[in-house]
Amino acid sequence: MTVGRDSPTPNGRKPAASVDEPDTRNDEPDARNDELDARNDELDARVDEPALRAHEIVKRYGATIALDRVSLDVARGSCVALVGESGSGKTTLLRCFNAMVRPDAGSVVVGGRPVASFDPVVLRRGIGYVQQEGGLLPHWSVLRNVALVPWLRGEADAEEQARGALDQVGLSPGRFGDRWPRDLSGGQRQRVAIARALAGSPEIILLDEPFGALDAITRSELRRSFHNLRAGMGVTSLLVTHDLHEAVELADEIAVMKAGALMQVGRPHELLNAPAHEYVEELLERAGIG
Amino acid sequence: MGRVVLVLVAVAAAGGAAGQPAVLAGQAALLAGQAALLAGQPTLFAREPAPASRRPRPSADLPGPSADLPGSSADLPGSSADLPGSPARSAQSDPSNRTPVIIASKPFAESYILAEIFAQLLEARGIAVDRRFGLGATEIAFGALREGAIDVYPEYTGTALAAILGDELQADAEAVYRHVAGAFRERWDARWLAPLGFENTYAIAVRRETAEALELATLSDLAREAGGLRAGFTPDFIGRSDGLPGLRAAYGFEAAEVLPLLQAVKYEALVESGVDVIDGYSTDGLIARYDLVVLEDDRGFFPPYEAAGLVNGDFWRRRPDAIAALSELSGLLDEERVREWNRRAESDGDPVADIARDALVELGLVVSDGEETMEPNLAESAPPRESERESATAAESARSPVVGFASYMWQNRTDILGHARRHIVLVIISLGAAALLAIPAGLVLVRAAGGAEGVIRGIGLVQTIPSLALLAFMIPALGIGVVPAVVALFLYSLFPILRNTYTGVRDANPAAVDAARALGMTPAQLLRHVRFPLAAPVIMAGLRTAAVINVGTATIAAFIGAGGLGDPIVAGLALSDTRMILSGAIPAAALALLVDAGLGLAEKRVAPGGVAVE
Repeated sequence: MTVGRDSPTPNGRKPAASVDEPDTRNDEPDARNDELDARNDELDARVDEPALRAHEIVKRYGATIALDRVSLDVARGSCVALVGESGSGKTTLLRCFNAMVRPDAGSVVVGGRPVASFDPVVLRRGIGYVQQEGGLLPHWSVLRNVALVPWLRGEADAEEQARGALDQVGLSPGRFGDRWPRDLSGGQRQRVAIARALAGSPEIILLDEPFGALDAITRSELRRSFHNLRAGMGVTSLLVTHDLHEAVELADEIAVMKAGALMQVGRPHELLNAPAHEYVEELLERAGIG
Repeated sequence: MGRVVLVLVAVAAAGGAAGQPAVLAGQAALLAGQAALLAGQPTLFAREPAPASRRPRPSADLPGPSADLPGSSADLPGSSADLPGSPARSAQSDPSNRTPVIIASKPFAESYILAEIFAQLLEARGIAVDRRFGLGATEIAFGALREGAIDVYPEYTGTALAAILGDELQADAEAVYRHVAGAFRERWDARWLAPLGFENTYAIAVRRETAEALELATLSDLAREAGGLRAGFTPDFIGRSDGLPGLRAAYGFEAAEVLPLLQAVKYEALVESGVDVIDGYSTDGLIARYDLVVLEDDRGFFPPYEAAGLVNGDFWRRRPDAIAALSELSGLLDEERVREWNRRAESDGDPVADIARDALVELGLVVSDGEETMEPNLAESAPPRESERESATAAESARSPVVGFASYMWQNRTDILGHARRHIVLVIISLGAAALLAIPAGLVLVRAAGGAEGVIRGIGLVQTIPSLALLAFMIPALGIGVVPAVVALFLYSLFPILRNTYTGVRDANPAAVDAARALGMTPAQLLRHVRFPLAAPVIMAGLRTAAVINVGTATIAAFIGAGGLGDPIVAGLALSDTRMILSGAIPAAALALLVDAGLGLAEKRVAPGGVAVE
C-alpha cells in the first residue's frame, strides 16, 4: 500500500482576491467549499483506510444489471486499472466513486467516508476526472478549463494552479493557455483534460479511457508521461481501459470485469500466473500477454 | 397567384445565386409557400355566388326590413321611447355619432366594391367611416360584427343560411331573407338591411364548345354527362352544403373527377381544358369574358343569395342616421350593374374607390361634383372617366412591365412604407414577447424532470391551427385588429423558440457538460456557464426561424383588419391585381430575407468564442 504525496498541501487557499478573468470570476458564494476542507483533512487523517472502497455494490438499469455485487478496494496512492469489454460495467463502477452513479445497493466509501453522506458537488470538487472525449468546455480557453476546479472552489490562485498543472502535463501555459480547445490536437486536448483533473491537487483521480480516442503513437507517448507524472505525485488513480497493455504498464493492480461482475483483482503477474477465471486467461491471451 | 409564387421563388433563387447561404433561399422558398397558402385562403371562404337577375325589390315589400328601420317603433324591443328620437334628429344630437362607422368587407372584389359604396355614401351624407376591408372569411367578418368590432359589411342571404345558420336550404328569396333576418336578430341581435336588389349565386359553367357538343343547357343535362367530365371546384364549394354535396343530392351529379382549384386559377383551368366544369358566380365578370355557358339550375337547388348590408344590433340602435343613409341603397342595384363593376375591378384593374364613386353617381345618390341628391338618376349609366382610364392604361403598357411596376411602387411608396412599418411593428412586438416567455420557459423545462416534451408538443399544436382559424377563434375575446394579430403571431412564435431553447440547452455538448458536472459544477453553474452559452446559437436560430415565419404569417393579419403588408396582398388577390399583390408580397419577401440575414449574423455573434457556427 503506497501512501504519501509529495505535492504541497492540497487546497492551499488564500483570502479571496479576484481570479484574473473578470467575466469568469466565480462569484457564487459556496459554503460547500468549507465542507471540502473538512473532508480533505479527514482524508489525510485516515492513512490506513483504502482511498476508494466499493462493497457489494449493485446497479441496475431497468432489467439490465450493470454491477452485480462488486467489491473493490483501491489503496491510497496506488493505481488500479479496470479492464473488460465494453458494457462490462467498468465505467459505471468508476462513476460510483464521484457520485455520478448512485448504486442501488451496497456501499461506496471515499477516504473512509460513505459517498452517500457527501454533498455530491463537494465530493466531485475533490476528485479529478478525465473522460475519453476530454470533455473540455469548448467556449473556455485552455487555461480557464484547467483552472475549473480551483475556480469552483473559489481559490484566488486558480490560474496559477492551472499554469502549474499545464506545465506538469508538458504544455507551456504561455503557448497554450489562451487557445481554444478546438485549436489543439487530440493528444494535446487529453493532456489539457489531465491537467484539469490534476489542477486542484486532488488525492484521487478517476480516468475513463483517457487515451482511448488517440492514435497509437500519441497514446503511448501520453501514457508514458502520465505514468511518470502519477509516480511523481502519488495520486490515487482508478483507470478504466479496455487495453490490457495499458493496464499492465500503468497499474499496480488490475481488476477484470465481465458482465457487471468482478472476475479477478490482482497485480499483473498474479493475473498472469494464476488467472482465477477462464475469461481472465482468455483476455490475457487475446492481448498477447502471457 | 401562380405568378406571385414564381416571383417569390425567383427572389429566393436570386438570393441563392448571389452566394447567400442556401438556408436563405430555402427560407424564402418557405415564405413563397406561405404566400401560395395565403393565395388559397380567400377561396376557402366563399365568394358568394348567384344566377338569375331579380328586379329590385323595394324594402317596403318585406315585413322585415322596413319595419326594422330604427324610428319605426313597432319592431323595436321596447317601444319608440327606447330611441333617442327620429333618425335625423338623433344623428345631430348624439355625440356617439361622431365616432366613425366601421365598415368591413370580405376578401373578394364584389364585397370590396359594395363596402366602398357603403363608405362613400355615408361620407357623402357627412358621416365619418373607418374602412376594414378584406376581413378573412365569413367566420371572421361575421364574428367581428357579432362582437361589435365592426358595424356593417355586405353579406348574402344564401351564405347566411347555409354557412352561418346551417339551416335547410329554401328556394324562395323572400322566405330566405325573412328567415335569415329573423334568426340573426334573435340569435345575435344582428340586423339585415333591406336587400340591395341583386343576387350573386353559384353559376355552374362549362366551355361553349362543351355545352354545344354535349347539348348542355341545364344542371340536369350536366348530371347526365357528368361521368365523362372533370370538375374544378373551389375547396369552399366542395365542402359547403349548398355546394357540391347538395349538387350531388339534388341532381345526382357525379363527375369523373373533382379537383379542388383556387379561385385564381379556376377560369384559366377551364379555358385551357384542364377541367370541364367549374363553379362560378353569377355576377362574375369573368364568365362573359371567357365566353362560358352558365347552366340553368332547373331544379332550383341553389338557395337565393341576395346581397344586403348586415349590421350590428347595437350600431343599429345607436346610429339611425347611418342606417337611414345605407337604406338609400335598398333595391337600387341589379345584377347587370354589379357584373359591370366586378368586371372593371377584376379585368380592367380600376381602383375600387373610382368604381364606387361612379356607381353612386350612376345610381343618382351622389352628384358628380360631390353635392348629394336624393333623386335616383338611373338613366346615367356609363361610368365617367372611361377615356382617361384607357389612355392611362395604354401609356402604361407601352413601358416594360418592370418599369411599370417600379413606377407603381414609387407612386404608392407612402402606402407601402406605411404597410411595411405596421408589419414590422406586428413582428417585433409578437416576437419580442414570445422570446421573453419562451426562452426562460425552455430553461425551466430543461430543469424540470419530466413532462417537458409534453409541454413543448402541446405548444407545438398551436402551430397546426390554421392561422385564419386561430384568428377566428380569438374574435370573441379580442375582436379584430392589431391585438388579436399580435397574439396570434406571438403564439406561432413560441414553438420554434421554446423547442430550440430546450433542445439546445438539453443537448449542449454532452461530453463537456458531463465533465463539468463530474468536476463539481452545481446544476445552476452548469446552466449558466456551460449549457446556456453553448445553446445560445441554437436559441438564436429558433428566434430566427420564428422571425421568418412571423414575417410571412403577419401577412394574414390583413384578414382581421390589422394592416401590414398583407393588406395589398389580400386586396390584390380579391381584385385580380397582380401589381397590388406584388407591392405587398415583394416587400414582405425582402423583409423576410433581411430579417433572416440579420438574425443569421446575430446567431454568429452570440456563439461563444471557441465554438464555430457554420
